[in-house]
This record gives sequence, structure tokens and C-alpha cells, in this order.
Amino acid sequence: MDFELSDEQRAIRDTVREFAQGEIAPRAAGYDESGEFPYELVEGMARLGLFALPFAESVGGAGGDFLSYCLALEEIARADASVAITLEAAVSLGIAPIVSFGTAEQQQRWLPQLLSGERLWAFGLTEPEAGSDAGGTQTRAERRDGDWVISGRKIFITNAGTEISAGVTVTAVTGEEGGRRQISAIAVERGTPGYAQAPKYRKLGWHASDTRELLFDDCRVPQANLIGTEGGGYRQFLTILEGGRVAIAALSVGVAQACLDASLSYSAQRHQFGQPIAHFQATQFKLADMATQIELSRLMTWRAAAAVDAGRSAAPYASMAKLHASEVATACANQAVQIHGGYGFMEESAVARYYRDVKVNEIGEGTSEVQRILIARHLLADVLPL
Amino acid sequence: MNVVVCIKQVPDPNSPGQLDPSTHLLKRDGELVLDPGDEFGVEAGLQLVEKHGGQVTVVSMGPERGLDAVRKALAMGAAKGVLISDDSLRGSDALTTAKVLAAAIRKQDFDVVITATESTDGYTGVVPQMIAGLLDIPAVTFAKSVSVEGDKLTAQRQTETGIEVVEATLPVVLSVTAGVNEPRYPSLKGIMGAKQKPLDRPGPADLNLEDVGGASTGQRITAIDSAPERAAGEIIKDEGEAAKRIVDFLADKKVI
Repeated sequence: MDFELSDEQRAIRDTVREFAQGEIAPRAAGYDESGEFPYELVEGMARLGLFALPFAESVGGAGGDFLSYCLALEEIARADASVAITLEAAVSLGIAPIVSFGTAEQQQRWLPQLLSGERLWAFGLTEPEAGSDAGGTQTRAERRDGDWVISGRKIFITNAGTEISAGVTVTAVTGEEGGRRQISAIAVERGTPGYAQAPKYRKLGWHASDTRELLFDDCRVPQANLIGTEGGGYRQFLTILEGGRVAIAALSVGVAQACLDASLSYSAQRHQFGQPIAHFQATQFKLADMATQIELSRLMTWRAAAAVDAGRSAAPYASMAKLHASEVATACANQAVQIHGGYGFMEESAVARYYRDVKVNEIGEGTSEVQRILIARHLLADVLPL
Repeated sequence: MNVVVCIKQVPDPNSPGQLDPSTHLLKRDGELVLDPGDEFGVEAGLQLVEKHGGQVTVVSMGPERGLDAVRKALAMGAAKGVLISDDSLRGSDALTTAKVLAAAIRKQDFDVVITATESTDGYTGVVPQMIAGLLDIPAVTFAKSVSVEGDKLTAQRQTETGIEVVEATLPVVLSVTAGVNEPRYPSLKGIMGAKQKPLDRPGPADLNLEDVGGASTGQRITAIDSAPERAAGEIIKDEGEAAKRIVDFLADKKVI
């Protein structure tokens, strides 16, 4: 077993690291404070080719592997989690469904501008009464005169309301079979009458990412906008979320690494009782625990990414990686603030931002609770099917 | 127009370098990177061919690991790489380096040869002029901006006293200063495509260079010594005129 990255994977990681530390990190605090969407950084990521990275050349992608994409996400998140989630949502939730389930016409229509990073595509799943429980979806789409007419609300949706947002894939109930709601995915372009985006939410963290409520009021789109099969929406987004979980794990590793980076340099500089606080075992043990847990999270992420690259199901590794990495990241942010003491409580310290940015990783794209359910279901599949 | 850019892989300037007492050379066992100074050269070459057509070839002499630096230049957009790697060339002096590079450049189709003004590890600062001498073409050095029209290259040269505008007829060797442009990041697709790009690996014999390297090297490093410890700085205590004293100090050092 070889844990070494290939030359190409290392080169991709190093290039993204150089870009993230050179271009994103110096601007992260400013965007966090203003809450503005970082268009220039999205343009920079687009120039690097990050939006096309993990997609096949046959659809216009760069032909990179999923592990390389995870390495890139870790490096971007290490500089700014808001920018990382913007990339992750665009790639794993926006582009991936169109690549995986879209028709050739849909791909030709939307992919070029999405893979180039000129435009962003969103994914609308969560609703006031549906999130972890996708079966509770209330948004409905009815066939009328050869069109889909969509009505309902989506909440906490990333990338739908920026100046470069091109549209959203929404899940909606399109019928019932045997008492179960059939869910389908439908693409809605921005600007379609009846589709509106509410103002940006005020969030605990991820200030620079675009998160909004979406409103559909008799919103009419052509039948050809159905993504994948009718009634196949549920199965489709389970696949999509599996890749998304690995990506969120990578993003969590990046934030955790940033916490360790900051703690190492601060504890070497900060003096108490006539010596750097890094000389105290109380600090050293924190640093050692953080580093160990981060390495574990990273290996789990690579393990899950390798399964994706091998074309195997990443479950339950995707859930395990996401669960562990997100909880470790929160713990690391907590310890990083502790090591920074009073300074860590000040908004001018980067770790204060990490502390605010990190919690949502335990929630988005499947809460920790849902991950545990999925892992347990996998464990018990042969013993006691749930 | 075709451009050859000379590049070198060097120990990462961000980590402190160390000399090896047994070989008298800089230790190269740590992180190695494309010389940051050469990134400006590669970018300058790419900008020239993007404007005028043609392609960029990068030429490098160095150990096997130098392939990573060549690959980075290819990922940035160079079309072809040439790496001359041979045990007999270990510890080459500036003239040997220039002879090897010039021999490799001669085999390319070129209008402009671009180099940095000096390498970040060796700092001899004479290789560009030596290459020009060996190729018997003009050397335009320390350029801070470059343009080409027809067969005429125009460069602004930064000097102590001011800026010179220099013209030369192609072909020409051009050394560029840091800051001549803003080097691009390699695209990720470029990184993945770099392995497919043509790479030449000529040995000294392929370049008709039987008489370089080894015992024929004209210059040897006979001893190394540690650099003097940096003297303690001067602490200016503010008694009302600290600002003025700091300004005077900086002005005296010609920093401002």
C-alpha cells in the first residue's frame, strides 16, 4: 500500500496551495468582514481550471481525478472556507448532477460556462420541512402544456444569487407511487419568471459565500429541463451527496490544518513566564492531538476519494470521512482559539474566523447525525436490516 | 517567433539554504522549486508568443530532479522541454553551464533567448552574457519591459541612474528582472497535460560537448566558510526624534 501522491497530484496541490496562500489568504479577512461575494477569487480559481478539474475531458472537463479535487479543496479551505464552499457547491452540487445525469443537450447548453467557472450553478434540495428528510419535500412540479410548473421554497442554497449564477437544479415532487412521493430534479435558469432569490442570509460563518432562500411561484420551465429520470431524483441526489460528503471532508481538513498552522506559529511567538507557550506541554499536547486527528481525517478523506476514483461506492467511507473530519475541524478550531487566548476571541485573529466558519461542516450535506445513521445502516445491513 | 527560456531548479528560497562541506555546493536534498526568477522569464516568453505566434521551449541543465521544474514551465504553457542531465556536469561553473545551454539552444529554432538576470542559488549573474557570447548574438540585460516589432526587440533597462531604452535586432539574448510581469499560475489542465509534451534529454555527447564538465571546468570552489553572523541591530529609543533618526538612517542606506 502506497500513501504517496503521484507527481501530478503533488503538482496540483502545490499550485493550488501557492494560489490559495498568495491570492486568497490575504483577502480572506476582508471578505469575511464585508460579506461581499469574492468575484475576483472565483475568477482566479476559474483561470486555474478548478471548476473543470474532476470532470472527464469528454464533457469538457480537465480529466483530473477526484482525489486531486479534494487536495485542491483542502488547500482553498486552508486559506478561506467561504471560497472553498463556493467552489465545492459549484462543482459537487452544481456541475456534477448535470455531468452525471444530464442529457447531451443539457450538457452542451450549460456545461461550457460552468466548467470554465464563468457562471455558477446551484443545487436546491433543502426546504423548511425537508433536509435530512428528503421525503418531506413540499416543492411540487406539475406538467402543464408540455412544461414543468414549479411551486415551493428552498432554503440555505449556495451560489444561486450571485451576479454570475446561471441557474439551479431543484428537487420537486412530481407524483406519487404507492403512497410515496416521487421526487425529480429539474433545472431552472436564473431569470425564469416565477423564480426569485431572497436576499443573502446573515450567517455565523462563511460570510463571503452566497446563501439564500429560493422562491418558486408557478415557475414554468420546458419539460426538457428534467435532469435524469422522472421520479429518480432521490436516488440521484444520494449519489451526488456521496461525492459531496468526501468534498466536505476535504474542506474540513483544510480548515483544521489552518487552525494548526495558526496555532503553531502563535505558540512559538507568544511568551508567558519568560518562554514561548509552545514550550509548555499543555500547549504541545494540544498541538500533537490536533496534528494526529488532522492526519487521520486526511487519510480517511483520501480513502473515500480513492474509492470514488476507482468507480466503487464510497459508502460508508464518505460518511465516516465527513463525520470525522468535520468534528475534528470543530475541535481544532476550539483548541486553536484556546491556544490564542484572548487574542483568539478577537475578530482580527484568523482563528476567530475559523471558529465561526467551521461548525457548519457538521451540518451541511448531511448532518453528523445522518452520517452516523448511514454508517450504522451499512454496518447492520447483513445483521439486522433497518 | 520562437522563444527559448533558460530555467533552473533551485532549493526553495523560502527555506534557509545550507552549503555541503563535502562538495562545497548548496545542499539540494530539501524542497526544490523552479527558480522564482525564472518564472518571470517563462511568463515573458509566453507573452511574446501569445502576441506574435510561435512557441516557447524551456532549456535546463541540472540533476534528474530538475524535471519537476521543466514540467512546471510546461504546465505554465511552454510547448517543449529540454533537460541536460549528466553526472559529468555536477558542480559546473558558469562558463560550463553557458556552453551546455548554448549548445542546447543552438539545436532549437529561436528568435529570443530569455533568462533571469541570475539564479537564486548560484548568483554568478554572468551566464546570460556568456550564452550571448557563445551564440555570437547581442545580450540585452536587466530588462524591466520588453516588446518586439518585426525583427527589432525593444527593452527598458533598469539601471542605478535611470531607465535606458535599448533596441537590438533578433536573434537576441534577453535577461529579465523580477517584476517584468506577473507570472501566471500553471493551469490544472496544463499540469495534467505537461507529461504529454515533448521532452528532449540530450547528453553532452549529443550536444558535441565532449570537452566540458569534470576536469575541464575552469573554476572550482576550493573552500567554503560560514557567512559572518549578522551584527546586532541598532535600537532607536524614542526621545522625541526617533522618526527623524529612522528616516535619516534609511536615507543614508539609500533605501528611501
